[in-house]
Amino acid sequence: MSSLDVAAIKADFPIFQKRMRNDARLVYLDSGATSQKPAQVLEAERFFYTHHNAAAHRGSHLLAEEASTAYEGARATIAAFIGADSDEVIFTKSATESINLIAYSFSNTQVAPFVLTAGDEILVSEMEHHANLIPWQQLAKRTGAVIRWFSVTADGRLDLSNIDQLINERTKIVAITHQSNVLGTIPPVALITSKAHAVGAIVVLDACQSAPHFPMNVVELDVDFVAFSGHKMLGPTGVGVLWGRASLLAKMEPFLFGGSMIETVTMEGATWASAPRKFEAGVPNMAQAVGLAAAIDYLTNIGMSKIHQHETELTQYALDTLQTIKGLNIFGPLDTIDRGGVISFALEGIHPHDAGQVLDQYGVAVRTGHHCAWPLMRKYGVAGTTRASLYLYNDRSDIDALAEAITATQKYFKVS
Amino acid sequence: MELDSLYQEVILDHYKHPLHKGLSDEKSVQVHHVNPSCGDEITLNLIFEGDVVQDVTWDGVGCSISQASASIMSDLVHGKSVEQAFLALDAFSELMSSKGSIKGDDAILEDGVALAGVSKFPARVKCALLGWMAFKDAALQAREKEQK
Repeated sequence: MSSLDVAAIKADFPIFQKRMRNDARLVYLDSGATSQKPAQVLEAERFFYTHHNAAAHRGSHLLAEEASTAYEGARATIAAFIGADSDEVIFTKSATESINLIAYSFSNTQVAPFVLTAGDEILVSEMEHHANLIPWQQLAKRTGAVIRWFSVTADGRLDLSNIDQLINERTKIVAITHQSNVLGTIPPVALITSKAHAVGAIVVLDACQSAPHFPMNVVELDVDFVAFSGHKMLGPTGVGVLWGRASLLAKMEPFLFGGSMIETVTMEGATWASAPRKFEAGVPNMAQAVGLAAAIDYLTNIGMSKIHQHETELTQYALDTLQTIKGLNIFGPLDTIDRGGVISFALEGIHPHDAGQVLDQYGVAVRTGHHCAWPLMRKYGVAGTTRASLYLYNDRSDIDALAEAITATQKYFKVS
Repeated sequence: MELDSLYQEVILDHYKHPLHKGLSDEKSVQVHHVNPSCGDEITLNLIFEGDVVQDVTWDGVGCSISQASASIMSDLVHGKSVEQAFLALDAFSELMSSKGSIKGDDAILEDGVALAGVSKFPARVKCALLGWMAFKDAALQAREKEQK
């Protein structure tokens, strides 16, 4: 049985009261795209606006002080969640911005290690989300560096057979996902990080699909940067996080300039505040940061280990259930070893877009298409997949509903 | 079911047995269009002579809606003048943006009216338009070529 009281959890999420098409209940299996929000998060955001709203770090009035305290309190909550110091936690608008921030810092400074020259290498993988691929492609274009990548094997794992060629003395950046948003695969981050550090490369971890789902500690991970988004972990949209090693943040150039991020300004130039402030130009997304902290409190109260255990059990159940459906093929690992609750599949004779449309008639919300991982789709020779992604508010009845709706879809298109 | 207005038999027939699918060896113009939100792709060859669409062939991957729509479009514009073809294109675009408020004129759109239900599903309108937009692009390019 599940280690979580899913019914009680579901009751915290107002959206589950909504009726879908044909009066079906909502079977939400698209948390990999964005998660739903509990009332506690919505209330935290609302409470900030109704009680503390003012521009943080400005003004001498009570509200400004409270807004600053709330915003910095949110930073401390997030730092504690990932085992970091508060000064290492930067609020951005999204994980995408977090990664772009790092990538830009490599082309607007002459300070090592943020200097790339022609022939230097940036290592990614074939299973990266576009957000952890295109910023590096563009950085390579600006600097003459070369993009290299780990291939993906037929069973959805990283091909490590040439790791010692891929990670070499020219490697300056290794940017890798902590969990594939298409396959659910969790790559061997420790191995990759130790090899990358041995050649002096910086390791950037895309934790969008991991931070919401299992315990994470940046000290244990030993990577140099971690990016994740708030909205995939019960938090509001419009807030992301970049964690960076303090020694690196001290040397790193900002890429957004303006108010808040300065130390002194003259008509000729400016100097920067210390991290994290120098990376947070403009009035920050305070209400969203506070909402994210409330989301993290919610997750922490339940326990990340328990959430992980629940999702692992449910993933196994989903893999077992889906494999009984004839004409359904799963992309990615078929067991739960180093694998999270993201399951992509194809239905023979049915395009993912058509499958998603029929599933929607039964209230089953899945993602269809290329999942912002087009190179991976090309690798598997498909235009897209149908993806079910799980979270703490899902249970076996959701998987059963998915399976029934898939069978109905096959009947509708007369492929079974 | 609401779904039946989307997936009419005519559409599923075109999907299973698409017309003019498979690229011709010769062409006046070739275009390649993609739907970036879902990854669907179409390559379209147009043979154009004296302002008349002599032949349209296409190939691609996509959902039933995009494939059926490309099939219907390619059959419809075959042998038509560019003016007539663009008339149909305008009528189809209007139908797709109608949110279900019009049925479409089958004298102009023929099997294309079967796609009327798509206009009630905003996320699918782009699927239905993929082939048509590829044709429009190709026809405009071909015309420009002839005028040079």
